[in-house]
Amino acid sequence: MLKDIFINPFVDMVEAPDFLLQVLWEGLVSGVLYALIALGFVLIFRSSRIFNFAQGIMVVFAALTLVGLHSFGVPAWISVLLTLGVMFVLAVGIERVVLRPLVGQPDIILFMATIGITLFLIGGGEIIFGGENKQMITEELGIPTGDTVLEPWGGLLILQHLDITVVVVACALVAALLAFLNYTQMGRAIRALGDDHQAALSVGISLQTVWVLVWFIAGIIALVTGIAWGARAGVSFALEVIAYKALPVLMLGGLESIAGAIIGGLMIGLMEKLFEIYWGQPLLGGNTETWFAFVLALIVLLFRPQGLFGERIIERV
Amino acid sequence: MLYRTAGQFKTSYRADQALFPVRQDAFLLGVILVLAWVVFPLVATEFAFQTLLIPVLIYSLAALGLNILTGYAGQLSLGTAAFMGVGAYACYKLITLMPWMNPIIAILLSGVFSAGVGVAFGIPSLRIKGFYLAIATLAAQFFLVWLFEKWSWLYNDNASGAIQVPNLEMFGVYIAGPQASSTIQYYVVLFIVCLLTWMCINLTRGTLGRTWKATRDMDIAAELIGINLMKSKLTAFAISSYIVGVSGALFVFMWRGAAEPNLFDIPLSFRILFIAIIGGLGSIMGNYLGAILIVGLPVVLNLLPNALGIPIDSATVEHLNIMIVGSLIIFFLIVEPHGLAQLWRLIREKLILWPFPH
Repeated sequence: MLKDIFINPFVDMVEAPDFLLQVLWEGLVSGVLYALIALGFVLIFRSSRIFNFAQGIMVVFAALTLVGLHSFGVPAWISVLLTLGVMFVLAVGIERVVLRPLVGQPDIILFMATIGITLFLIGGGEIIFGGENKQMITEELGIPTGDTVLEPWGGLLILQHLDITVVVVACALVAALLAFLNYTQMGRAIRALGDDHQAALSVGISLQTVWVLVWFIAGIIALVTGIAWGARAGVSFALEVIAYKALPVLMLGGLESIAGAIIGGLMIGLMEKLFEIYWGQPLLGGNTETWFAFVLALIVLLFRPQGLFGERIIERV
Repeated sequence: MLYRTAGQFKTSYRADQALFPVRQDAFLLGVILVLAWVVFPLVATEFAFQTLLIPVLIYSLAALGLNILTGYAGQLSLGTAAFMGVGAYACYKLITLMPWMNPIIAILLSGVFSAGVGVAFGIPSLRIKGFYLAIATLAAQFFLVWLFEKWSWLYNDNASGAIQVPNLEMFGVYIAGPQASSTIQYYVVLFIVCLLTWMCINLTRGTLGRTWKATRDMDIAAELIGINLMKSKLTAFAISSYIVGVSGALFVFMWRGAAEPNLFDIPLSFRILFIAIIGGLGSIMGNYLGAILIVGLPVVLNLLPNALGIPIDSATVEHLNIMIVGSLIIFFLIVEPHGLAQLWRLIREKLILWPFPH
């Protein structure tokens, strides 16, 4: 038994390095997507202290809108633009109808409100677009679908072009976002609001504008994630599950840290894949990916209650 | 007018601290109890039992358990459904391993198991707070549901992977399983719910309840005045999980009749959290008001199109329901963030003062 846990998995890894690389690659791709969703959470949390549970359903909703618009005969790229428009309207709507009346309420109330938004979008999405699994319009968007086969150490390593594109686009998006946050006026306003609400308000930063902006950015991230994940698994409400995966990423990285979201996402993507393949499937009957990330994050939190990169918690009476 | 408190003098601290300082409150509770114990069972149809009365009671019990933890002790939990699952599976194992056992005893015992699991998952709360703790409880949610699916001993190696409630007899009548009548099941549920509610009301009024409230309001300050946080938080987890576990056992044995692991998935956790929050955190009555709203609303919405003669297919109604429930949650949060219980408190205050504004 102990040998199965502590020795055999590592022997397997060394004996088949190409397979290990394949596992790591797939872990990396999902890790990038987790990081992306977690980034949406972090932006909203930093600027408004709202724990946005609706991020997951926004991914589904964006993907559904895109596919739905295309099925009505709108050309692919125009539907992308239109979807962005829809996400913007959604951001404005959420800010006006939900957030503005709830300013200053306890955290849990705002959290519940985002669950209300989630239900609203689930119902609305089902009525407008239908609940069945749909094909993502991968080819129409010009996303390559082939694969490259490498042969390291005489083994076999298959890299889907789709996955490579996802990683590249995600990295570009993160870079653009960081540049936006660091070098533009609006980006700085977002960060200022995250650092100190009242100080930011007193120098004339508009809370409403920033909130609409972060929700819109979260919408853009949702669309990219939706396209990437939809191309791999089809577009359906099951996609919402990946949003739950962003939660342990947040715990691990810390709720306020952008770097934490990225590093935490990659770590969780890699480690849950490794655990599933080398420990989960042979020893525990598989499908451990549903809980491994949470348990890992829980263990880390026991030692660092604010996550790896979160702000130090200082409490006063 | 109805709530005239004039003439009800308190001559001792004991009287002032009584459960019902205002006589009309006790009268109102009496009316509700008579309705629940006598009138409803006489007039309710099979449909009303199965879609309204039994689920409202079970859901309010689950919300009561969550409210002890979140509303009184201030520890946000998103893993309620998994703890209900522990109760349900524990009850199933008790009944199938020891068929001679009295079913009500088995249901009440099954809560002990979920209390144990609850304490185990509550231990991180000693270090983790706020949303971090909420996500940590999701670990319990996902891990336990996975366990229900993979550990075949739990469902006696059934091929279907689901648990089926057998026919259970007590004093010569069936109280669970396909042959049990709804009226009997309703009474069993009502008995257990009344028992646990009575227990909770007194717990929250006593030392333990005050300890919890101090922990909720500011845990460091509570620690400074000599409250043992570990004891306070872990007892809250234990008692909350016990109640939630019992409600899970009732959920399967008295209402659903069968259960698959994914029944205890995260949407159920959220529904119970909605009930607790819309009803009012830190209130016992709120759980009932919230459960009536959340359980009753979809039933009414389902009946409405037929009653009005609007032809809509049932799938669309289902989705419209979800949308309306979502918007109503937001609406209630905006109108009264402290829940329906607070609304009732305000109304009562106004009634006592009526016709004067102050």
